[in-house]
Amino acid sequence: MTVADERLARTGAARRLLVRPELGAVVGAVAVFAFFASQSATFRSIEGVANWLDPASTLGIMAVAIALLMIGGEFDLSAGVLTGTTGLIMVILATRYGLSVWTAMLVSLAAALLVGFLNGLIVVRTGLPSFIVTLGTFLMLQGVNLGVTKALTGTVQVGGLRGAEGYEGARALLAGTVQVGGTDFRVAVLWWLGVTALATWVLMRTRAGNRIFAVGGDARAARAAGVPAERTKIALFMTAAVAAWLVGSILALRFTSVQANSGIGQEFVYIIAAVIGGCLLTGGYGSAIGAAIGAVIFGMADKGIVFAGWDADWFTFFLGAMLLLATLANRLVRRYAEEVRR
Amino acid sequence: MTGTDGVPADAARGGPPPGGPGPEIVAADPGTGRAAQAAPPLLEVRAVGKTFGGVIALRDVSTRVCQGEVTCVLGDNGAGKSTLIKILSGMHAPDSGEYLLDGAPAAFTSPRDAMDQGIATVYQDLAMIPLMSVWRNFFLGSEPVLGRGPLRRFDVAGARRVVREELRSMGIDIRDVDQPMGTLSGGERQSVAIARAVHFGARVLILDEPTSALGVKQAGVVLRYIAQARDRGLGVVFITHNPHHAYPIGDRFLLLNRGTSLGEYGKAGITREELTSLMAGGTELERLAHELDRGEPPGPAYP
Repeated sequence: MTVADERLARTGAARRLLVRPELGAVVGAVAVFAFFASQSATFRSIEGVANWLDPASTLGIMAVAIALLMIGGEFDLSAGVLTGTTGLIMVILATRYGLSVWTAMLVSLAAALLVGFLNGLIVVRTGLPSFIVTLGTFLMLQGVNLGVTKALTGTVQVGGLRGAEGYEGARALLAGTVQVGGTDFRVAVLWWLGVTALATWVLMRTRAGNRIFAVGGDARAARAAGVPAERTKIALFMTAAVAAWLVGSILALRFTSVQANSGIGQEFVYIIAAVIGGCLLTGGYGSAIGAAIGAVIFGMADKGIVFAGWDADWFTFFLGAMLLLATLANRLVRRYAEEVRR
Repeated sequence: MTGTDGVPADAARGGPPPGGPGPEIVAADPGTGRAAQAAPPLLEVRAVGKTFGGVIALRDVSTRVCQGEVTCVLGDNGAGKSTLIKILSGMHAPDSGEYLLDGAPAAFTSPRDAMDQGIATVYQDLAMIPLMSVWRNFFLGSEPVLGRGPLRRFDVAGARRVVREELRSMGIDIRDVDQPMGTLSGGERQSVAIARAVHFGARVLILDEPTSALGVKQAGVVLRYIAQARDRGLGVVFITHNPHHAYPIGDRFLLLNRGTSLGEYGKAGITREELTSLMAGGTELERLAHELDRGEPPGPAYP
């Protein structure tokens, strides 16, 4: 008895490659690299690579965490401003209250986890769109960042981290450099690679990963299969918050000061990188590697425009075009994958 | 199948004996029939009812499912089929009547609880997640793991292999277990869901209209897998409004209309025509046939 549907014969190897979520980002990254490399010799040199991997790394850590959350079917608009909040907490505690940098980082981690937990709890308990809930958190944190910083310092920034206890060690770990082939790379690049590898492993090779795809694909069906959807989503919001803490700490240690408005506007960049990397806005589909590559495209465009001697104002035009192209490509993928045959 | 009413259909079919190797004792004393049987039905409801606010959704409905048998629940829209499924699957507790599992009273706190006790429900729409691959869907919620501690991981190779084997042993021919569930046909998706329930040790399989959205050929495919599950010794509750799907596979037919039972029949006690006629409300169908017949040739009405 054979019930093979003769129409399934269309699934060829090429077609299967085409539905990899990362494919669009890889093609885009190759094209962007080829373009800027042909325009600027500095861009394609090893120093150039180290240069554009720097913005790619901090953005990439966030984009990967946001990609996990988006695969789980939710957004987090507060992730950008949370990088500022965690940095501010750390610097304020280390410079004004005499805590060591390490202790201050632990406190800011606890604060980040709390924000992520509350985001998740409100979303799963109320059933409100996470877009609205985290927009609320975003605005509240923005206000707190400014208000507290001004009240404590009278200005819109806190600095002086260099003199704090434990600064050198923390800086070496999070904001130092490593030499590869005679060129200094930011150590954040290693963190970014590590985060991407860990997220990919979790997504593809663990129970949690299967459940993340499921709650984003169809939360009701996932629940019917016995998946703890609420817990999974809250954990994803907390993961995004931990990533924001990591990036906030990296940036604060690198610059030894934090602006009260830092991180604002970045939340959409994370989402754009994740979408370029193959995440669907509707959830249930995407890739951590894709998001990391999406961040590379950003880094290349960000620095490439400068290397090529162009007006940096064109950066956002480029961004918008990439986003549109990526979304169109994703729509094709989704249509293929959801094609229902009866 | 020529067994008299009351003789388990298994014996006639030569399927797996329900109560081990011993011969089955059938109703030694007709007065206390069910107490004398060797194996009580896997699942039985007696005079269950459910009301939602002022609406009586179900009243005084009794039926049972035995090992290796298919009980068909038939009824038109609004007959109370979905309420009965929700009671059987543990989603709702009945307001009145009894729910027996293996002859002992049972109450479930959730569908998950019922699932853990061997009652699996396959819903038409909630069965699967379209963007996920067949093997990921198959093990969703019960993923096999390797290793321990932080290295505990999803046994991907094992999962793929098991899915391929399970589908093959059910005679389901899906070439690629990596393809997204959404690219399968409706019949194939139902079949995978049935295979999943069988794999996870379901003893009772409740199928909510598994053939209703399917074409003729695909419905036939699903019926074949229901027969496979039955032959493996599962008790199947098959909900449908199509007597032509129910009759060939059913051992027992429960007819519902407006929340009450129109009767429960063994296969020997009813013909396909009687079943079809009962489904359509008997005389109602005749009247309709008559009405339609008359309208066919315009006849002498034209000058």
